[in-house]
This record gives sequence, structure tokens and C-alpha cells, in this order.
Amino acid sequence: MKAKVIVRLKDGVLDPQGQTIQRSLNKMGHEVTELRQGKYFEIEFNGMKDESAVRQRVEEIAADVLCNPIIETFEIEDIS
Amino acid sequence: MKFGVVIFPGSNCDHDTHHVLKSVLGQETVFLWHQDTDLQDVDTVILPGGFAYGDYLRCGAIAKFSPILESVRRHAQDGKLVVGICNGFQILQEAGLLPGVMLRNAGLRFVCRHVWLRTENNQTLFTNACQEGQVLKIPIAHNEGNFFISKQELAELQENQQIVFRYSDAQGDVIPEANPNGSIDSIAGVMNRQGNVMGMMPHPERASEALLNSEDGRFIFKSMINRVH
Repeated sequence: MKAKVIVRLKDGVLDPQGQTIQRSLNKMGHEVTELRQGKYFEIEFNGMKDESAVRQRVEEIAADVLCNPIIETFEIEDIS
Repeated sequence: MKFGVVIFPGSNCDHDTHHVLKSVLGQETVFLWHQDTDLQDVDTVILPGGFAYGDYLRCGAIAKFSPILESVRRHAQDGKLVVGICNGFQILQEAGLLPGVMLRNAGLRFVCRHVWLRTENNQTLFTNACQEGQVLKIPIAHNEGNFFISKQELAELQENQQIVFRYSDAQGDVIPEANPNGSIDSIAGVMNRQGNVMGMMPHPERASEALLNSEDGRFIFKSMINRVH
């Protein structure tokens, strides 16, 4: 099974990279009012067939490793 | 005093730190390998600067799972000294041994230059050789040194005098223009509540010999040495 996880910065946490991308887009004429940059992960499991077990495992991985809870949150987009 | 300098894959200030402690300050100093768990009876563990595990995922995010970190955690719990310099600071934050997290520098540039630091608390195991409010000239070299923490935790740091260094001008005034990376409250170095674990973004090991333009870094190493002798 494969899980897709998105890690994003919490509201209020400064995102200098997102701001820079936004400024560039604005300069190009795109009327972007806000842009936040995040991270995307695809995690594959061999032999695990039970979706709830995979979900539990992915939550553990995301909370311990993929995101820093001080500044980031995670969301499991899909498990299939 | 016996110092241990941890080597992670990607550490690059390990030899500089070892050199200053051993050859300049005459202290017994050993290297500690990240895959080991034996701290070789050192009094103080230093996590040096660099790019442990290539800074993949986040700075320090992979290094915190190294076998040596479990021993470092116990060392800290026993009240012994642990210091993180630059990347070492980031690792200690990821490991939960120091508060806050480093964001990318506000200016999005890797900043490598001498800065001025005001000693905010000289009643610590890391700054007792400094005068009150002493201004130190020590270089920074980082891309992620923008100290971030929640308002509530910041208030706790201030209240408990855990802020060890702030970025200032040469006169010791903490002004926005002297903040090189956007750090909240101009924080350059903090310690834990117990006062035995300290992290700082500037590199004292790069400022401990006159040849390198400043010897102010020695105050920090000497403070730790003072403590034992």
C-alpha cells in the first residue's frame, strides 16, 4: 500500500521561501495574494494490506519524523 | 576537563572544535562517532557545526535518531554539559533537548560573517568567564538560523533567563539592524531550563585564535573549563 502525506507550515509561521515565490509570481503579473510552501511524501509499504494499520503507522512516522510539531502539521492525503 | 566532539556524516566543524579544545586550550578531547553509544567518560559533549545527514528533511531531523544521541540525552539528564554549535544547536532542538526551531534565514541567504553577541546571562556554565553584558565578536555561517518559538515559550525563556546570547551591534545594543537572520527576539543562543544544555548559532571555535580575527570564542570554552576546575 502507498500513503501520501503533506506537511505544511502552521499558520503564523514565517515562510520566507513561500514569500519569495509569491513575490516572483506577482512580478510576473500573477495576482497571487498568498503562497505557502510545504512538503509532499509518498510512502510505500510491502506486505501491509490493512488500511487502518497503514494509517496508524503513517501517523506515527509523520508525527515523529516527517514534521516538526513546533512549526508544522501533517495530513494524510490518501492511502491506497 | 574532558571534551567529546561528535562526528555525524556531514559534520564539518568537528576538527576545528577539537583543535581549539585540545591544541589551543590544552584540554583532553576525543572524537565521538555517531554510531557509537559510548561517550568515553567525557564531561562535556559538543555537537559541532556542519550539515549532519546533509540537512535532509530538516536540519537535525535525521541526526536526532543517531545511536549517540540516546547517550547524549542521558548525559544531559544526568546534569552534565552538552553544547550544540550551529548544526549541533539544530540537532539539539530536533531532539527536544533545547527549545524552539530554526527557520530559513529571513533574507533567504546563507550568512557567513562576524557578528556581535551580547551576553544576556553570564551566570551560566557557558558564560561565567564573561562580564555582565559583554559583547563578543564571533562568526556565524548558516542558512537556517532564524530562531522561532511560540510566544508563550518565548516568555518562559525570558522569564527563566534561558536566553544566553542576543545579536547586537558592537556597542551591545540589540537593534533590528544587527539581527542577521530574523531570529525572534534576536536570539543567538539559549540553554535549557536546568542550565546544562546550551545551543548557539555562532561558531566560538572559529574565534579562538588571534590569527582568525577574534579570540572571544574562548570565553565560552573557558567558562565550561572553569566550572570543573
